[in-house]
Amino acid sequence: MHIVVLGCGRVGATLAMALEAEGHSVAVIDRNREAFRRLSRGFKGKTVLGIGIDEDVLRKAGIERAGGFAATTNGDNTNIMSAQIVKVRFRVPRVIARIYDPLRAEAYRELGIDTISPTLLGAGMCRDYLLGKPYRHVDEYLAVRDAPNSLARGSGAVPERGR
Amino acid sequence: MYVIVAGGGKVGYYLTKALCADGQEVTLIEKARQRYDLLQEAFGESAVLGDACEVTTLEQAGAGRAELVAAVTGDDEDNLVICQMAKRKFKVPRVIARINNPKNEVTFQLLGIDETVSSTKLIYSLIEQEVEVADVIPLTALRRGNLELVEVALTGDSPAVGRMLRDIALPPNCTLAILVRGETASIVTSDLRFEPGDILVAIVPSAAVSSFREALLGRGVPTR
Repeated sequence: MHIVVLGCGRVGATLAMALEAEGHSVAVIDRNREAFRRLSRGFKGKTVLGIGIDEDVLRKAGIERAGGFAATTNGDNTNIMSAQIVKVRFRVPRVIARIYDPLRAEAYRELGIDTISPTLLGAGMCRDYLLGKPYRHVDEYLAVRDAPNSLARGSGAVPERGR
Repeated sequence: MYVIVAGGGKVGYYLTKALCADGQEVTLIEKARQRYDLLQEAFGESAVLGDACEVTTLEQAGAGRAELVAAVTGDDEDNLVICQMAKRKFKVPRVIARINNPKNEVTFQLLGIDETVSSTKLIYSLIEQEVEVADVIPLTALRRGNLELVEVALTGDSPAVGRMLRDIALPPNCTLAILVRGETASIVTSDLRFEPGDILVAIVPSAAVSSFREALLGRGVPTR
């Protein structure tokens, strides 16, 4: 499968190399050429210089034949916008956007864009580790709405779970 | 009318000022502290410090009761997210997005934000107008840009002058709507006889603008 990764930061670069190691063809997009240094020397995938909300740039990365797309830039809104373009315009079957802001991640999940919030995931796993609890399924970490006392409310602070 | 303006740069500032002067209730959201201080000085409690892309900021600004949200930050991605949040999450009846890169206009429409304003595009169309179709002035695009509302000024050289509307073959689906003659405006009827200096407001399919121009103004190279 061909997969396009937007953003060659730590997450993007690690993801690209992991996918390649599993035998997939990968293209990475970043607007900063320096960022491609994070890829290992052996990386055979394509690197495309440009911004991810530009359709021409996405095409250059092979989005038209891609089976998957991950938006991992450090801009939540860039990730949201590019993920929507890829889903709606190019109809790529598996599209995921990394969104730091848990509420925005939830709002777009409701609108049909698959999102992952490293904020909730990281905070939730640290919490479980500190309290000596077993790690849970990822969906439990990402759920904002079901837990009134959850991690997402309270502007970044991590409240006690109260049990 | 309650309006939320997102982004307190120059566009947001003057927009808020104009809306306030017009007696509208406005909240202006700005995320940069320094800029906010300046805005608060000008607009008092109408200025709010926060990131309009965040649900809680919009909620606190009263997005639930806003009749209009205008997203006018300098970042197209932010304007998209603000408008989508306002429209889908808070059911704001009307949202307007400022677009910086004209290329994004199509994308915004694709993603459900129909009302966009691009100053780059506006200025470009003004230049284009001077160069290309000097006497047919696009006023606004209708129906996602397939129809245009245009203004035409007839000069003494216009082949239409002295003839009646019913005798002129306009391209299909072109509608002359309003005649402005001197200080008065009236609805165009088929027995209208054109005079020099007449200004006509018409609705024209985008693809037919040049043949429409030819029918009323002739082939001559426009001079202005």
